Amino acid sequence: MTLSPGTKVRIKTMSPLGHIRTPHYLRGKTGVVERVLGPFKNPEQLAYMVPAPTRTLYRVRFEMGHIWPDAEAPQDTLDAEIYEHWIDQDAP
Amino acid sequence: MPHDHHDHDHLSPSGHPYRKDNDGALTYWQTMEIAIRELMVEKGELTPAQIQAQIDAMDDRSPANGAAVVARAWTDPDFKTRLLDNGSDAAREMGFDIGPMHLVAVENTADTHNLIVCTLCSCYPRNLLGLPPDWYKTREYRSRAVREPRAVLREFGVDLPANTTLRVHDSTADMRYIVLPARPDGTEDMTTEQLADLVTRDSMIGTGLPKAP
Repeated sequence: MTLSPGTKVRIKTMSPLGHIRTPHYLRGKTGVVERVLGPFKNPEQLAYMVPAPTRTLYRVRFEMGHIWPDAEAPQDTLDAEIYEHWIDQDAP
Repeated sequence: MPHDHHDHDHLSPSGHPYRKDNDGALTYWQTMEIAIRELMVEKGELTPAQIQAQIDAMDDRSPANGAAVVARAWTDPDFKTRLLDNGSDAAREMGFDIGPMHLVAVENTADTHNLIVCTLCSCYPRNLLGLPPDWYKTREYRSRAVREPRAVLREFGVDLPANTTLRVHDSTADMRYIVLPARPDGTEDMTTEQLADLVTRDSMIGTGLPKAP
């Protein structure tokens, strides 16, 4: 099921090795789907030239004050592209 | 006097520091690249002219491409709407060969400023902006742009008011980003070509603002 813009999501805290496009500083953080980018081949396989399934890619928006408690301007935001398998839909 | 450095023996007679020569051994991957390129040429799969043409094509891409897109968006509201809706299609519509690149344009307004970074590597809209500046790929920029972006911007000479919302965009996956800067005041009578001259590379990364007319 594709998540709609505005949906609250949490980034999983797993730490697999390999070509991972989810930055560490966002793992475990909560954000909001900014837009749906569509299906893209999973880079975690693509980088190793093995068959790569497509995954829905989202732009997720986080508040700076949530990522960094000492942020100079907590209301500023950070947007990042997150694949669906990194999104914990049950734990907003 | 800038060249008066006689007491520093690590400087050349011209007063500039010596740069370390790159006369170490080739790395594994450099050797691999040379071997494959020479084999491809030897087997007739590629010609040296084709390789040179590809290098020239990469070097020919410059921020002027992105500046033309920005200036068009400043003067053509319908184009601006299309650019913000689908950056890739808008760039293609202007005749830029952006290949399979997925472009997202983010707009600076009176109360919003955007900044682009790629914390994981050096993702950059090369087809529109050319090669990225060296600092864009440094660990310092990549980490500080998400950790303390307002401090980074001040070092670039952009001091954001406290009531401006800063939106940092980390190019973590398949998208590439370009900032659509706000059109400077006093440019109402300028042509699209004149406007494009005001659009700097850094203003399209978000570390700068367009030049004043």
